[in-house]
Amino acid sequence: MPVTEIKKDIYWVGVVDWNIHDFHGYSKSPQGTTYNAYLVIDDKITLFDSVPAKFQMDLYHQIRSIIPLEKIDYIVCNHIEPDHSGAMPFLMEKIQPEKVFCSKIGHRMLLDHYHQPDWPYHPVQTGDSISLGKRTVQFIETRMLHWPDSMFSYIPEEKLLISNDAFGQNIASSERFDDEIDLAMLMAEASHYYFNIVLPFSPRVIAVLDDVAKLGLEIDMIAPDHGIIWRSNVPLILQAYRDYAEQKPNKKAVIVFDTMWHSTEKMAKAIAEGLMEEGVAVRIMYLKQYHHSDVMGALADATGIICGSPTHNNGIMPLMADFLTYMKGLKPLGRVGAAFASFGWSGESLNILTEWLKSAKIEVVEPGVKCKNVPDHAKLAECKELGRQVGKAIVAKVEAEA
Amino acid sequence: MDKYVCTLCGYVYDPAAGDPDNGVAPGTKFEDVPDDWTCPICGAGKEDFAKED
Repeated sequence: MPVTEIKKDIYWVGVVDWNIHDFHGYSKSPQGTTYNAYLVIDDKITLFDSVPAKFQMDLYHQIRSIIPLEKIDYIVCNHIEPDHSGAMPFLMEKIQPEKVFCSKIGHRMLLDHYHQPDWPYHPVQTGDSISLGKRTVQFIETRMLHWPDSMFSYIPEEKLLISNDAFGQNIASSERFDDEIDLAMLMAEASHYYFNIVLPFSPRVIAVLDDVAKLGLEIDMIAPDHGIIWRSNVPLILQAYRDYAEQKPNKKAVIVFDTMWHSTEKMAKAIAEGLMEEGVAVRIMYLKQYHHSDVMGALADATGIICGSPTHNNGIMPLMADFLTYMKGLKPLGRVGAAFASFGWSGESLNILTEWLKSAKIEVVEPGVKCKNVPDHAKLAECKELGRQVGKAIVAKVEAEA
Repeated sequence: MDKYVCTLCGYVYDPAAGDPDNGVAPGTKFEDVPDDWTCPICGAGKEDFAKED
């Protein structure tokens, strides 16, 4: 992949990971991803971020097509997660830079990851800046966006924000910029990324956006560490992040279920009918067909989350336990939920699902519906009524907000 | 004395231990921690802490 000059003397020197579908072991990335690194040619030649260790030779060739590596003076580590710092041991040996800049927590984390106390660390905090010659770099700590060490690097002379994981998306492409690819697809991937990675830290996102506004940063390009670079839609992605973080109610619900002999599936469809009758858009997702990260992607703009599982060995189905664990950790806010369940003899799953939803601070419409073996017309009518009740609760939430 | 959890990153403030690196002596109740104290892990303010269940 050729390097790209994103601004005069500033290059994208990242790597495209075309075929990765398993992102960090917890989320799917069906369109692959990129690991973006940026090289600024100035009096002090500076590399911002790097790539996973397995791609270190790709990064080497990217940089080498511009300058010999040993010419680099500074390395900035905006984020220590191994997809952005994995090449550091290799780079440190090749480059032997004068200084490595990172946040204070980043310093601790670099030590914990690579066990190299002798690297020339220069921990920085919000308000600190360094001169590269013609350009300045201002550092802004963005703790828990999305790790404690995370920070932004801002180059005011270029109106360029290097934002590490914030504003990123998992897209592998030969295009580098937001005006070169389909905008709807780009926004869908930005949202999928947010709701699977950044969501629990939404209060911090709002604080960081407020900080950026307060600092009066002029930004005409946002260069994240994954995916496409924003240059024509900067206000759009900034506003989108505020919207994602605020999680305002929407007339949409996701029904997620697992099933053995399709009773729970039949119930899902009947519940959907009730929701639709109340004017709520519905998506039904079967956990054997959709990964938990796809369900979270769908939940991005949905206020309803309705979960169904038959009773299996006195518990719930394993994929439902997986989904509930994942969703609870992501701490979605302002959701309305309900549970439904079929069973053969003992029938514990409805209560288990209901308690899970409550523990995830979801407002649960009770009681849910429990069905022994196969639903008949009366049972399906009960399911439809549950759908209507949840639909009404969602509509009330939307109207209260308006 | 109650422990308090940072709702952003999960750090637990234990009054018995305090946060001496940031000027809070061991034995300081959460209520007596200065208002401008922030979570040593993620920088969240006191208002982002909740009493541990």
